[in-house]
Amino acid sequence: MTVHRGRGFSAINYPIGMNLGGDPSQALVHSNPDGKFTVALSAIDLGQGMKSVTRQIAAETLGVPVEDVVVDTADSDTGPHDMGSFASRGTHRVGNAVIKAAEEARSVMLEAAAEELEVDARDLVTDGRGNIHVKGAPSRAITTMAAAQAAQFKQGRTIAGRGIFLIPLSEVDPDTGEMTPVSTFAHAAMILDVEVDDETGEVAITDMKSAYEVGRALNPRLVEQQLRGGAWMGGSHAGWETTEPYYPSREHGATDFNHYLMPGPGDLWPHHISVLERPAEDGPYGGKGPGEMCANPVLPALVNAVYDAVGVRIDELPVTPEKVLRGLRAQGGAKPKRRL
Amino acid sequence: MAKKPVTFTLNGAERAAFADEGQNLLDFLRRGVGDLTPKYGCGQGTCGACTVVVDGKTTLSCLVLAETVAGKSVETAAGIAKGNVLHALQEAFMDHFSAQCGYCTPGMLVSAKALLDRNPRPSREEVVEAISGNLCRCTGYEPIIEAVLAASGQRASA
Repeated sequence: MTVHRGRGFSAINYPIGMNLGGDPSQALVHSNPDGKFTVALSAIDLGQGMKSVTRQIAAETLGVPVEDVVVDTADSDTGPHDMGSFASRGTHRVGNAVIKAAEEARSVMLEAAAEELEVDARDLVTDGRGNIHVKGAPSRAITTMAAAQAAQFKQGRTIAGRGIFLIPLSEVDPDTGEMTPVSTFAHAAMILDVEVDDETGEVAITDMKSAYEVGRALNPRLVEQQLRGGAWMGGSHAGWETTEPYYPSREHGATDFNHYLMPGPGDLWPHHISVLERPAEDGPYGGKGPGEMCANPVLPALVNAVYDAVGVRIDELPVTPEKVLRGLRAQGGAKPKRRL
Repeated sequence: MAKKPVTFTLNGAERAAFADEGQNLLDFLRRGVGDLTPKYGCGQGTCGACTVVVDGKTTLSCLVLAETVAGKSVETAAGIAKGNVLHALQEAFMDHFSAQCGYCTPGMLVSAKALLDRNPRPSREEVVEAISGNLCRCTGYEPIIEAVLAASGQRASA
């Protein structure tokens, strides 16, 4: 038996959002009498950080502390319409909608403050700490809470804003076949090192180096969290997970987690992550979205690494020991390429 | 269906509730007692989301009958924080971004706390062993391992 080392490379171009009848997201922002703001969304946080990122975006646009913003994603029956949390679209689509809604709410907040301070709203700025003051004259100030209360109880004004961000449907040109289904792409590249055992067919990932280009990383820790977990899932798809291990024969399919396999905490590999920030022109504060792209580069990189190690080209995922052994037998043993 | 009274200790406090005949501990804790921290994942003992501690031993609550805990001590994730004071593990889970969807987190915390209770300074391999019965779909496990090592006062080594 011999363990063969191999290295695989992959590069991907990943579209943000989708093109099925148009891709809109809406957001509603309103202030409460205590000067805090509520952002109502129907985009759901699945754990990837939708609530954290939209909270940051709203606070940044409104000019108030992040603590003063609450994001409510409670109910798609009563919230503003959203296509949903999928297609790596959340930060980009929902974030842009939140900016528009927060801009409108901010302008009303400044009008309310201007009326109290007896100045022109265009001369007012926010300090991001809960105060609104005349540009260049920090003592001519009012708190956002006082402005919200004046609007509510004296002026009869709603500090609120509506936002929608829509990427319209791009129809296929019947003459040329052209279409523009995507406004923004994210990118990734990966180098993966493996060891392939030519007796058992087992493939072990020994090292992973990645570079992900995500626009601006609006919340760097959440981006890293997604990349780390998502790349693990990509490795799981590449080497472990299948509901139909003997397709097209459906007998012996997985029925529970003893048969539907995933790498556990004892099967991990080091993952060295580089995040490249190149703010997107049409992204909220330059953000795009790591989303599904976290997992994608792992699959081609693993297949290429196995080819590099033993010369077996596997074109059906996952790369199981059985497939590696069948490939080795068909070509009469390991034939390392060692190109990389 | 016949109901049986079950008296036991939950997170240090004596509790009594009625268990249905044949009811498993997970269902009993969630519906009979109202502790929702043990999660129903697979119901077959393969995912670890329902992990609790019974008399000091980590136990898959979906696989044992409720009446078997009569007179015993049961610990769940609900008892890990003391009042408003979080356990070092909970702080470390937050610091290391060790949860995304959060469904595995209560089971992970229970398994990790059981480890630290019997072995305050575990090696990385011992942490891996302790959580190897708990499936996680989001994090890739590394942030969880790092959090447990950090909570034990050790630096994580990836």
